[in-house]
Parts: sequence; C-alpha cells; structure tokens
Amino acid sequence: METLREIRRHIRSVRNISQITRAMEMVAASKMLRAQQQALASRAYAQKAWEVLTYLAGQPGGLAHPLYEARPVKAIGIILITSDRGLCGPYNHNILRAAVQFMLGYMDRGIGIRLITVGRKGRDFMLRYGHNIVAEFTKVRDRPTIMEIAPIARVAMDEFTSGLVDEVYIAYTRFVSTITQTPTIMKLLPIEKPAPEERLAALYIFEPDPQTVLGEVLPRFTELQVYQAILEAQASEHSARMVAMRNATENAQELINELTIRFNKARQWNITREMMDIAGGAEALRKARGIRAGIA
Amino acid sequence: MPLRLEIVTGERLVFSDEVDMVIAPGVEGQLGILPKHAPLLTALSIGELRVKKGQEELSFAIGGGFMEVYKDKVIVLADTAERAEEIDIARAEEARRRALESLKERGRLSREEFAQAEARLRKAVTRIKVAQRYRRLQLPKFEEEEENV
Repeated sequence: METLREIRRHIRSVRNISQITRAMEMVAASKMLRAQQQALASRAYAQKAWEVLTYLAGQPGGLAHPLYEARPVKAIGIILITSDRGLCGPYNHNILRAAVQFMLGYMDRGIGIRLITVGRKGRDFMLRYGHNIVAEFTKVRDRPTIMEIAPIARVAMDEFTSGLVDEVYIAYTRFVSTITQTPTIMKLLPIEKPAPEERLAALYIFEPDPQTVLGEVLPRFTELQVYQAILEAQASEHSARMVAMRNATENAQELINELTIRFNKARQWNITREMMDIAGGAEALRKARGIRAGIA
Repeated sequence: MPLRLEIVTGERLVFSDEVDMVIAPGVEGQLGILPKHAPLLTALSIGELRVKKGQEELSFAIGGGFMEVYKDKVIVLADTAERAEEIDIARAEEARRRALESLKERGRLSREEFAQAEARLRKAVTRIKVAQRYRRLQLPKFEEEEENV
C-alpha cells in the first residue's frame, strides 16, 4: 500500500488539474457564446445577398458567371476546417473521419483531391496520410473579421476558376446546440443558381448593369459562406472543449473522492497498527515483569 | 414618409433607423435616395455615405458593397462600414502610410497586389476624410453649448 504522503501528493495534483480544467471550461463557454452571436449577426448579410442573387437570376436571358459554371468533375477541392489546439474531445476526430469518408468516395472513382486546410490538426493529419494540400491556414483568431477570412475563399475561387478543380466543398462542424455538433460537408462552388423571382427582377434598375452587380455579389457571397462556416466551427470547437473539460473536472472530483477514502483507510490502518504495537509492547513488558517477579 | 435605412456588414448590423435621405457613393457617381425611389440595385464604391434625418446629418465610411432600394427601404450591404465618430484617425493615418509605402514598390507588385494596395489607400483616405468632416461638424455645436452656460 502507498504511504500516506504519496496519496496526499496524488490528491493535490489531481485537484490542481481539476482547477485548470474548470478554468478552461469557463473560458470555452464564454468564447462559444460569442462565436455563436457572431455567426448569428452575419446571417442577415448572407440572407440579403441570397435575395439579391434571386433577383439577378430572374434577369431576361439569365446571367452567366465563372462561379456558376458546372463542369464534369475531374478533381475537387475541399476546405477542411479543424482546430489549432487539442483538448476538445472528439471535435477534430469527428470532422476528419467525415472528411476522409467523403474523400474516399471520390478517390475510388479516380477523382483528384486538392485540400485547403484551416487549422493545425487537419493539416497535420492530412500531411501524415500524404494528401495533397494546396494551401494551409493556421492561427485563425477567435471571431475573425471577413477581411482575415477572405484569402481562404480567394484561394478556393482561384482553384475553381483556373480549372484546377471542378467543384469545391467545405467540411466544417455545424453548431446545432451546446451538446450536439454535426460534421457537415457542403458544396461551395459552383454556386447553385437560385430559382428566379421574375416578378421582382423586372422592376429593378441595376447600376451599372446586372452582369457587373452579379460579378460583385458572387465572390462576396462565397467569402461569406466560408466566414460563416468558420464561425460555426469555432462555436462547435469551443462547446466541444467545454463539454470535454466539464467531464474532466467531474472525473477529477470522482478521483479525489476515491483517493480521499483510500487516504483515510491508510491513516486508520496506521493508527490501528500503532495501537497494536503499543498494546503488544505493554503486554510484553507486563509479561517480562511477571517473569522477573517470579524469579525473585 | 421616411426611408428605412439598414447598413449591414458581414460581421454586424451597423445602423438601422428611419431617415429622410441617403446619399451613397455609387460606382457611377454619387446618388441621392429620397422616399418613393424606384427599385434599384447598385454596386457601391469606396467612399462616404451620408444620411440626413431632420436637422441631423450622419456620415459613414463605406469600403464598397451594394445598395438595394425597394419600397422605401434602403439596405446597404457593405464590405466595411464605420460611423464617423467610431473612426480612429491615428489608425487610419497609419493605414494610409502603409498603403503608400507598398505602392512605392510598384515595380515589384503584381497587378492584383497593386490594386489591393490602392484600395487600401482609398479606404484609409475616405476614413480620414469622413472622420475629419465629422470633427468639424461637431465643433460649432460644442461652442454653442459653451455660450449657453
């Protein structure tokens, strides 16, 4: 059995760890909330941009744009969003598993895959398995601005318009609730043309002309979709970390209870042993005295 | 009947209120929107967006985007939008200086990089202009208050 001192030291170290995990849980909770609010705030813009696209789709003759162009698929691009840091439970594992499964479906058909990774974990994983990474982004801040995200979308659009890939997908973790986050793979490019709303389209004056407005809207729309996916992924990461850290704190508490019982048992055993020693000693002394008395 | 103006960026709702007139930096030149304007969808360039409401005049520095006018509702989808009083002049000056510096090395820049640097410069200059005009507008008001005391 361990000595009392060993047990005491063990309890202390577990308690220290639990304090850290509790702090991490609270930090993650507040970050999650803010990422969620940000994702919500950017929804208004996305919705409006989509409406604008529906008016434009209703233009007589229909409008063409390179980002609308559907081609036979020879190669695809994937923007893979993971976290930079660990200690967030199954968060990275889940999205990577979903991404790999998705990729296998294409690789079996001989379709090439070009990856754009966001986050260290995804990059390291894909590098280890020898996949083709064309661009990597790490150290994305919490609650980034669109300007910071734009280069990621830019790379994806360049890959698409230059014909290196014929479709671009974005793999991220959708935030459903604090306890549920779903790995999601969504098609980013080509942009699906919305169903036209003819009633409205005829009324609008376009300046300078519909084609130019479309050329402005589409890249921004793509940027915004990437931006929103990253915000959702961040909310998911933080909530996964929050839950993982809460479990860790609870486990630590359980361990402390167990160790405390063991500590008390060991302490009790020590006392009993000492008492037995004393009693045994006293008995031996008494006997010895008796013998000496007998002789005398 | 007044106009309902909403200025939205990808990150947040910047402004939402009833106003009397909007003057926006369209790509084809400035355009003023009054109530009962025909439905319009236009791209915006980098510039100043002014809003009139009664005696008040508000000013925003806009970094490009679009504007939609429909049934007395004006929606500005801006890449960036800042209210004049929110602008940090020192930071804008710094951005202007940096943009100018990168423009000096034009020989080494690709066409796209050059365009980006130029856009950054235009944005910085707009922000400085908007912020300075706002300070000037504020000044007389401040003096009036002192006279009243």
